[in-house]
Amino acid sequence: MAYSDKVVDHYKNPRNVGSMDQSLPNVGTGIVGAPECGDVMRLQIEVDESERIVDAKFKTFGCGSAIASSSLATEWIKGRTLDEALALKNTEIVTELALPPVKIHCSVLAEDAVRAAVADARAKRGAKSDKTEPVTS
Amino acid sequence: MRSVYLDNNATTPVDPRVLEAMLPYFRENFGNAASRNHSYGWVAEEAVEKARAQVATLINASPKEIIWTSGATEGDNEAIIGVARMYADKGKHIITDRIEHKAVIDPCKYLETQGFEVTWLEPDKAGQVSAEQVKAAMRDDTILVSIMFANNELGTINPIGEIGALCKEKDVLFHSDGVQAFGKVPIDVDAMGIDLLSISGHKIYGPKGVGALYVRRKRPRVRLQPIIHGGGHERGMRSGTLNVPGIVGIGAAAEIAGKEMAQESKRVGALRDRLWAGLSEHLTDIFRNGHHEQCLPNTLNVSFLYVEGESMMMGMSDIAVSSGSACTSASLEPSYVLKGIGLGDDLAHSSIRFSLGRFTTEEDIDHTIDSVVTTVNHLREMSPLYEMAQQGIDLSTVEWQHH
Repeated sequence: MAYSDKVVDHYKNPRNVGSMDQSLPNVGTGIVGAPECGDVMRLQIEVDESERIVDAKFKTFGCGSAIASSSLATEWIKGRTLDEALALKNTEIVTELALPPVKIHCSVLAEDAVRAAVADARAKRGAKSDKTEPVTS
Repeated sequence: MRSVYLDNNATTPVDPRVLEAMLPYFRENFGNAASRNHSYGWVAEEAVEKARAQVATLINASPKEIIWTSGATEGDNEAIIGVARMYADKGKHIITDRIEHKAVIDPCKYLETQGFEVTWLEPDKAGQVSAEQVKAAMRDDTILVSIMFANNELGTINPIGEIGALCKEKDVLFHSDGVQAFGKVPIDVDAMGIDLLSISGHKIYGPKGVGALYVRRKRPRVRLQPIIHGGGHERGMRSGTLNVPGIVGIGAAAEIAGKEMAQESKRVGALRDRLWAGLSEHLTDIFRNGHHEQCLPNTLNVSFLYVEGESMMMGMSDIAVSSGSACTSASLEPSYVLKGIGLGDDLAHSSIRFSLGRFTTEEDIDHTIDSVVTTVNHLREMSPLYEMAQQGIDLSTVEWQHH
């Protein structure tokens, strides 16, 4: 199978590879997939007080298209609010990376990873608000 | 960009000496070997018979026991289905194993739909089937045992002589898919008790589209129902105009393989060992799959933990190898061979098969080691599994979100 130039670029120069401290209250972590399936993505986001994603990191075990999908996802969600991040659709990734049909599941996994990270960040913010700051509005 | 070809178990380039031998049979000697009444036919027939002897010599058979085919897939089909149909009155039980090539598995599955019963033996962790396993599966109505000589993915060689002796003792026909072993390791159909052996031209530096089936003529005389009808060529077992240039090619390739096998297997084996030593020296968490001693000299199958096979192949794009990863297969399933020897799916996804050949050089191997090491390190840097393992997390205890 031939890979698109963009997939190759993300594979060779992945953006935002790395880890954040999962225990921090302002970090949301999403891990999706399973080693037996040949794909595991971990996507992490650092969120500021206004629910804006100030940083994103990923690590992926999987094929080149899975790596590229998660790399692209971190690039796109940086600077977005959590709501805006949830608006990210896997089809946008498919189009941008010119993924063939057999690789669409890679983009789905990246979308799921974003959703899982946002959900985790939200859960932590909720827990934090409950404990330390009474809801005022 | 230099390109290194380490996928010789998939196919090999035609040896220039083989090509030279073939060319006249495309040009001036284009005759049909079945034309009995003019010189064009005689020349072609002579060439075909010479090749028959060349192939027979390499496996210690008589030329009369060689049937030309289009390749080993046809040979496997003809052997298995041909025996089943011919001996159905005697019994309808066949013994094979789970890591055979699909050209054996699929005809056996087909026969299961036709009233035959197949016992699928489970090979051990190294990929071997033992004579004891075969013996335990034998029944009064067993008519055929089909066990491959050497496995294409692992390189593991089966105890063919022991299985053959058992089959002789039990008066059961023994077929072996000899594709990967033919030309790489010595085969003696008499000493090993093989009754049917399928081989292929393009795995031994011959052309694609030609193969042979060895069919024993004495002790016992094996009979087959043909699966291709139309003219009664090849003692009635395989009709169709012979592929004369291809047959000349497989013959020439067999002769060269016979002459050079001892030297070549030593050289290629040393390169394979150099590759494994280099990888082991520079990388942690890698495992060699298959049998380490009873193994083809050219094959090395390795699982690189925490990285996925297809992404590895993408990283070393100037090296041609194959992977057990699902992402590289049409079925999107990881290798059934690796699963068949009890490897977890995760290790199957992380596996690479390196198969060396006649034209592999030391420089190729050193370049491959560099490229694999760089790629694995690059991918482990971005592998969450590698990071978790480094933190001491047991990955088997993690609850994964399966898709």
